[in-house]
Amino acid sequence: MSATTTTTGGSRTIARQYCTFWVNGLHLGLSVEHVQEVLRYQQLTRVPNATDTVRGLINLRGQIVTALDLRSRLGLPPRPEDELPMNVIVRSRGEVVSLLVDDIGDVMDTADHALQPTPANLPLTVQDVIHGVVPLSGSILLVVDADRAVDVSGVTDTLTEGAS
Amino acid sequence: MNDDAEIVAEFLVESHENLDQLDRDLVELEQNPGSRELLSSIFRAIHTIKGTSGFLALDRLERLTHHGEDLLSRLRDREMVMTTEVAGVLLRMVDTVRALLDLIESSGGDADESVEIDSVIAELKRILATPQDAVPVEEPVAEPFVETVVHVVAEPVAETAVETVVDVVPEPVVEPVVETPDEVAARLPVPPTPPATPAAPSAPMEPAESAEAVAEDDGTATRRVVDSSVRVDVELLDGLVQLVGELVLTRNQIMQRTDVGNTDTDPDLIRAAQRLDIVASELQENVMRTRMQPIGQVWAKMPRMVRDLSLQLGREVSLELEGHETELDRTLLEALKGPLTHLVRNSLDHGLEAPAARVALGKPAAGRLHLRAFHESGQVIIEITDDGRGIDPEKIAAAALTRGVVTRDALARMEPRAILDLIFRPGFSTAEQVTNVSGRGVGMDVVRTSIERIGGTVDLASVVGKGTTVRVRIPLTLAIIPALVVGQGGERYAIPQANLVELVRLEGQDLAEAVEVLADAPVLRLRGRLLPLVGLSEVLGEPWVKAEPLTVVVVQADDVHFGLCVDDVHDTQEIVVKPIGRQLKSLMMYAGATIMGDGRVSLILDIAGIARERALVSPDEHVDDVRAAAVDSSALLVLEVSNGRRAALPLTAVSRLEEFALDRVERSGAVQVVQYRDGILPLVWLAAAIGLTASPPPEEQLSVVVHEDGDQRVGIVIDRVLDVVEEAVVSSDVGRRPGVLGSAVVQDKVTDLVDLDAVVGPLLVGAR
Repeated sequence: MSATTTTTGGSRTIARQYCTFWVNGLHLGLSVEHVQEVLRYQQLTRVPNATDTVRGLINLRGQIVTALDLRSRLGLPPRPEDELPMNVIVRSRGEVVSLLVDDIGDVMDTADHALQPTPANLPLTVQDVIHGVVPLSGSILLVVDADRAVDVSGVTDTLTEGAS
Repeated sequence: MNDDAEIVAEFLVESHENLDQLDRDLVELEQNPGSRELLSSIFRAIHTIKGTSGFLALDRLERLTHHGEDLLSRLRDREMVMTTEVAGVLLRMVDTVRALLDLIESSGGDADESVEIDSVIAELKRILATPQDAVPVEEPVAEPFVETVVHVVAEPVAETAVETVVDVVPEPVVEPVVETPDEVAARLPVPPTPPATPAAPSAPMEPAESAEAVAEDDGTATRRVVDSSVRVDVELLDGLVQLVGELVLTRNQIMQRTDVGNTDTDPDLIRAAQRLDIVASELQENVMRTRMQPIGQVWAKMPRMVRDLSLQLGREVSLELEGHETELDRTLLEALKGPLTHLVRNSLDHGLEAPAARVALGKPAAGRLHLRAFHESGQVIIEITDDGRGIDPEKIAAAALTRGVVTRDALARMEPRAILDLIFRPGFSTAEQVTNVSGRGVGMDVVRTSIERIGGTVDLASVVGKGTTVRVRIPLTLAIIPALVVGQGGERYAIPQANLVELVRLEGQDLAEAVEVLADAPVLRLRGRLLPLVGLSEVLGEPWVKAEPLTVVVVQADDVHFGLCVDDVHDTQEIVVKPIGRQLKSLMMYAGATIMGDGRVSLILDIAGIARERALVSPDEHVDDVRAAAVDSSALLVLEVSNGRRAALPLTAVSRLEEFALDRVERSGAVQVVQYRDGILPLVWLAAAIGLTASPPPEEQLSVVVHEDGDQRVGIVIDRVLDVVEEAVVSSDVGRRPGVLGSAVVQDKVTDLVDLDAVVGPLLVGAR
């Protein structure tokens, strides 16, 4: 029975288990169904002319995966030079994408907590990517929408328009 | 239940295959009405479907095929004769059978009334009931029939086919009489309906073959090699190709780590790595081959399509298909179907004139449509040629002007070929009036786009009043391509070999002379031609600083040549093309990415994309380029052969320039040779061959021009290369002698024009 509740949520999936990570002090979580794996820092090949959010390409066992900086995607200040990001490998709409984060947290079960709407005073760039919050005892978990997080088309468009 | 489903699935696959064969056979039969082998094959196919559908309780399918079988058996037994009308009904039946099969595939049964069968059955019945020109089936026909066929058939049947068939005739032509082959043969010199009849289209059925097959016994004449092949799911095959790609990359990584320079590597490991190298290469080749399919699969659909279209458009067409066995990658074949269909349709619709108009022009009433596929230097080339009205550049120009595709100014400077190319421009096509005005050009931009998407190119040549040839070039395979790896800003980038023209390195005086900046745009003087220069750093969003020495990779795409300035040139290697993510799709300068031997990712440059992005594709550029290409073909390599004497070779004859250390020269019989690229390269001293005294031998290095003829190579020893010129030379007979065609003034100096065949001929013959 509980299985059905997890899968019938549509785009706003009410998942119970989240893979969590930290980005600039924010505690973020992605539904475990979307997360393929978590990797340490991987060597990146820069992609000139791509938007800032695209940090580069990584070789994931022969598959070429685009790495997106979640800090940039969320409109947060850049990561200090000396800190190497971690990769959260995400599946979204048939594609595999890596989200670069500061640190990896635990997998959390939020069965006891309800998903709440995003507080309206969060920056729009953050609201754009998350679809709710789960207040836990120690911290507030921001639940990331995987499809939104890997979509950089809006950013790309403004860049190319500016260029031409 | 499951068993049933499996049986039905198998039945569907088999039937679809049979139907494809049927289509081909029926069209062929129309042109070759005497062939019992074809009739029997058709009969068998329908009979099989009928039998199985009865067994699977597919009643409607059974009913339809039952009537079809009736008609076919009458044809087979010579109680009726194949006509366009009969063929039309049979083809309709085949189409309906196919629709029923699709229905069965989607719904599991054939009961749905959405596929209507009664009208076809009525047609079949009507044909069966209609006496054909009231010619009764004569007794004598049935009797001596078997004998006649077996003994006499060989030539008459084939000839009948060739001589009396009007390939595809608009109106139904009713064959008047049923005759035995020899009767037909006797009557041949005066064919019944006299439209100028072209030879039968490359009828795959050779006379000898069909006769043999008939003689052998109809039942056993098989067409496909069934026993030695296995049906494999395409997905499985694709998976296999992907895995081999991975293996090749891993192999590259291991090879790099066990490089010979690495002294502390375990010798056993090195040996194992080498073995891995060989096995991986062979595996790759074999797996790629499994994906290769003959273009015959596409050709097979053509007769039917051409038949239907020509009936519809009122054309007479003689279709010739060549190169059935030419193979290319499955995915490419799939991608080609659309564009090819479009091109054939264009030829029929706009290229070929109506029969009456053709006769008035003094052409045969039946237009010729020739499809040809062949391999050439690692590419597959497909040519679609018609002998129709051709494309008039003036009409194209006028249409392009009214549509605003080009300005009058630009047009004035264009050559006819560049003007023809305008029909590939988006915006030129799609409008109806353009079709009327130009006679061609609907959706040609779509054709070009879809062919370019698979890394191919299209161009066309046309002579007004004579016809048009469209040439499509495509790579053999997509997945693994050779590429040049270059370095820029600390990263490596791959340039597909298909785009590569040459590498130029300039420094010092040469650099100052060859590179000029015109209004901020750097250009390179290269053999009398100006080449726009683009810094790869600019392409990648960094400012370009003219470096010294300057390394220029000359590339081409879409007929546009330009020089790409890079930091370094690494090597060429086979790369596995991998797609890049959605986030990067808007970046025109990348075609994909690949993984290098060290495991790092590198981007593959899209040369056509760079040209577009840098706005190098302009009408003016096009014109320049066409001119340059025309000159290129007459380019000469000017050499010093003997004490300052000059000689010239056509540049097209030169495959490479090499230097060999003197001590590498060995003897084989009377010929001096060097070991070269896993083979033996015979050498000929040009001075001696053209009757000059040789210079004193050089101290260390021999300069050699390598000439290739098929898979044979010859090395032509010279003193040194002076230059490549593109002057149009006027040859004079002065100085004509063995080995020399004549002489000409090249760059103000008298130069011998080498008779290449005379010089290398003896060695090639000797090697054979």
